[in-house]
Amino acid sequence: MKVKMQIRDLNFYYGDFKALMDINMDIERKKVTALIGPSGCGKSTFIRTLNRMNDLIENTKVEGEILLDGEDIYSKKIEVEELRKKVGMVFQKPNPFPKSIYENIVYGPKRHGIRNKKQLDEIVEKSLRGAALWDEVKDRLNKSAWELSGGQQQRLCIARAIAMEPEVILMDEPTSALDPIATSKIENLIETLKKDYTIVIVTHSMQQAARISDNTAFFLMGELVEFGPTSTIFTTPKDQRTEDYITGRFG
Amino acid sequence: MNGINIKNNKKNANKSDILRNIRIKKVKEKIIKNLLFGFGMVSVLITVAIFITLFSESVLFFQHIPILDFLTGTKWTPLFKPQHFGVLPLISGTFLIVIFSSIISIPIGLLSAIYLSEYAHKKVRKIVKPVIEVLAGIPSIVYGYFALNTITPFIRKIFPEASIYNALSASIAVGVMTIPMVLSLSEDSMKAVPNSLREGAYALGLTKLEVVYGVVIPAAFSGIVASFILAISRAIGETMIVALAAGSTPKLTLNPLESIQTMTGFIVQISQGDVVQGSIEAQSLFAVAMLLFVITLSMNLLSRYIVNRFKEDY
Repeated sequence: MKVKMQIRDLNFYYGDFKALMDINMDIERKKVTALIGPSGCGKSTFIRTLNRMNDLIENTKVEGEILLDGEDIYSKKIEVEELRKKVGMVFQKPNPFPKSIYENIVYGPKRHGIRNKKQLDEIVEKSLRGAALWDEVKDRLNKSAWELSGGQQQRLCIARAIAMEPEVILMDEPTSALDPIATSKIENLIETLKKDYTIVIVTHSMQQAARISDNTAFFLMGELVEFGPTSTIFTTPKDQRTEDYITGRFG
Repeated sequence: MNGINIKNNKKNANKSDILRNIRIKKVKEKIIKNLLFGFGMVSVLITVAIFITLFSESVLFFQHIPILDFLTGTKWTPLFKPQHFGVLPLISGTFLIVIFSSIISIPIGLLSAIYLSEYAHKKVRKIVKPVIEVLAGIPSIVYGYFALNTITPFIRKIFPEASIYNALSASIAVGVMTIPMVLSLSEDSMKAVPNSLREGAYALGLTKLEVVYGVVIPAAFSGIVASFILAISRAIGETMIVALAAGSTPKLTLNPLESIQTMTGFIVQISQGDVVQGSIEAQSLFAVAMLLFVITLSMNLLSRYIVNRFKEDY
């Protein structure tokens, strides 16, 4: 099956405020899907519905369906902890735990029952290699993760997500707090990651979306204005609003 | 020529005005700085003065009673003949109060802090926290009276052998009084843990409980320990409740149902009584106070060590 996640008639409310309106979208397997749009357009809210992070916010409501491999993630049969194991997330600001580099990686696997030291060591190496961080930190795995630079911390957070062996990785503006060099490292990493994972990334940089994504979704005021292959969106957008946004007329 | 001169004069006048302003500002800054330094020094000087008084009077006491006898003696009878000055009964009294009050204040305080910070709805928190903090505002004499008149009769119903004055009753009152300290401080330090850490943990598929004990509590650990130490120090120093409800019979015992005397309780007794100034009984007060000071100081140092050793920075 080519489609990993299907979003059907999704509405989302913060109290009385309707933040997402009738979103329909197919997220392709092992592709990078970029979500763009001006601040407050609902792209972050949308990405957080995909692993039900919005459940943590009081007084919110979801309508519609989000299917992961054909199964509705909001159905009662789904345990939200299992869902988040399959759908990992990397946040805007690097948020490693105030523990060692090693502990940061094994934290999730340990909670899900892996106790074998050798197995954990393997997970650490594999995840750090996967996040292109291994060579930089292999000699100081027991040092605090907070001693790393911002870019390294963000790659550590990616490694922490990979360690759970998820199927989908959500990234909510993962480079907005980083300098250009660290940003390009993360972008290269995303290129490699899409071989194994389905990636959804929120970005406020259109250049970034154009560089790294296969599909792009343009959000405006809670609506999905246009969704399609990145090359189409950026060269021949169908909607006037998309064209205005990508040519820099607003946003 | 003339025109240019006038212009220059104006310029110079402006310049000297600015300079004067800067100078006035600098003088003001200096005055403020010295004033603040002075106020800061007042509290330092007071502490030093208290320490000198304690120390010099204790030295006089220890000229009569060897310090080793004082610290290891098991009889404390300064007001009767034969006089004994072994401080262990007072220490055991204080110890009993600390243990039993902590058994009440630490679990209740910490668990309700976890509830309020992590589980309670915003509205619940807004009402419950101030209500519990009111407990901290009740004068300790009220707690003492409450212990004597309400808790003690209740205890004696369950344990008929308990004395009218007993350590347990006072401990319960001290424990209840220190709950808000543990609660408030632990809750503040848990609330201060950035939400991004919680989200990071939830995103790994952890349950709420796992997030609380795996991420929030470790990150807030230093504040939590500080709250415990504060409650314990408060229990050590608490005076009114124990003077009222715990009795005044120094006894080397670990039985909370007996009447005891704490270090602070003894100081009250001596201060109120008709003890002659300069007598050895009066000096013993300073020795006990000195010991109390040392114990509280070590508690503070210990807490600082623990906090530095185990803290997780964020």
